Amino acid sequence: MTVPTHHPGDTLLIDYAGGALDEAVSLAVATHLALCPCCRLNVAEMEAVGGALLEEIEPEAVDPASLEAVLARLDEHPPLPRAAAPVRPPKPIPVPLIPEPLRRYVGDDLSRLPWTRLMRGMDCCDIPLSGPPGGRSKARLMRLGPGVGPPHHTHRGVELTLVLDGGFTDDLGQFGRGDLSVADGSIRHRPVADEEGCLCLAVTDGLLRFTGALGLILNPFVKF
Amino acid sequence: MTRTAAKTPTALRRPDPRFAEGLRTRPHVLPLVPRALFPLNAPMQDIGSPDTGSDQTLEDRLLAVGRERDRAAFAALFGHFAPRLKAYLRRQGCDAAGAEELVQEVMLLVWRRAETYDPAQASASTWVFTIARNKRIDVLRREQRPEIDPDDPALVPALVPDRPESADRRLETQESAGRLRAALKDLPPEQAELLRLAYFEDKPHSVISAERGIPLGTVKSRLRLAMERLRKALRDTA
Repeated sequence: MTVPTHHPGDTLLIDYAGGALDEAVSLAVATHLALCPCCRLNVAEMEAVGGALLEEIEPEAVDPASLEAVLARLDEHPPLPRAAAPVRPPKPIPVPLIPEPLRRYVGDDLSRLPWTRLMRGMDCCDIPLSGPPGGRSKARLMRLGPGVGPPHHTHRGVELTLVLDGGFTDDLGQFGRGDLSVADGSIRHRPVADEEGCLCLAVTDGLLRFTGALGLILNPFVKF
Repeated sequence: MTRTAAKTPTALRRPDPRFAEGLRTRPHVLPLVPRALFPLNAPMQDIGSPDTGSDQTLEDRLLAVGRERDRAAFAALFGHFAPRLKAYLRRQGCDAAGAEELVQEVMLLVWRRAETYDPAQASASTWVFTIARNKRIDVLRREQRPEIDPDDPALVPALVPDRPESADRRLETQESAGRLRAALKDLPPEQAELLRLAYFEDKPHSVISAERGIPLGTVKSRLRLAMERLRKALRDTA
């Protein structure tokens, strides 16, 4: 089984482990994690760093009534049952194309999604997120036919593209299933889908929500 | 690094009187024997419970809550974690009252989920950190946090699925947590500060860079350097 060769990198993984990324960016990172055991290990270690930082934080006195209040509520909160181990069917289960956590957002059957045609050989589908409307980032599925690439464009902000099937090639190399491309304005980003076409999750990043100057985020695949 | 060299500095082993305030129902009792076996995860305050002994680690207590619904163990965990969780949530922008309330919610989740805690996978602090992180994303940001499903057939398994005995793994997890805490104290201040911002302020590194006027490249390289050191400490087995 192949593992990805293009990774989010330490700083994005630290942001994920610390919980600073918004839902759309987290979705791209977490779906990459499902396909990349190496980054999963990294995130587990970064969570250990979070635990160590919590351990050494300067504690703040808690209202003495708090413990009693919680103890009084314990019986209202029975233990959450351990998730039942999945019953293993006798035959190997077919590996779903879309891994979790993305699968719970878009389902198993991509043909049922409300695809929008952008141009010949290029379709997209917005992914609804749980957060309040007007959230920072947007997530979309993109489907490109063989050899299709968007016309020349530039973009500001950061865009994450996670390949789910097929692949594409741009100035940074070839991207296949599980590979995550992190492109910012400094990168001349001209992706062209490989021969087998390309299905990917594209997230435009609203990380710089406080600065305003970079508020306009353009998705290189969609807005040109 | 040898096991001897990996021992915690004495300061880490000594119970800190600051943390005794967390538990108000019993007097603070100093441990009578050094914690030779699990010095690194020694509880930061001791309740001296006569029936369970005062030498329990946080992990022991979390397991006792999971297996036996042990309320005394839960109270001890509350005494240890609640003041830290409150400080964590205040740094995330909660006011004092909101933080108190959210601390209670997090500790209730600790009570309800303790059965799923696996000491071979994570230290108690790490496990509580992830619960607090997810709860505050849920409550403060009203967003889901997308996470992998370990049972998903589409999950690409680790290349080397070799898992040693659980008892060994538990010991190793505890030891590496101790090495990690020692390495954190040794980080250059500018790296340690950025790391705290990254974990405590609900801001991605790009925003930290913009707000603090530190070039993005500097933020990234400091975080990377910090993580390299900490990773080395975590993976450095005897």
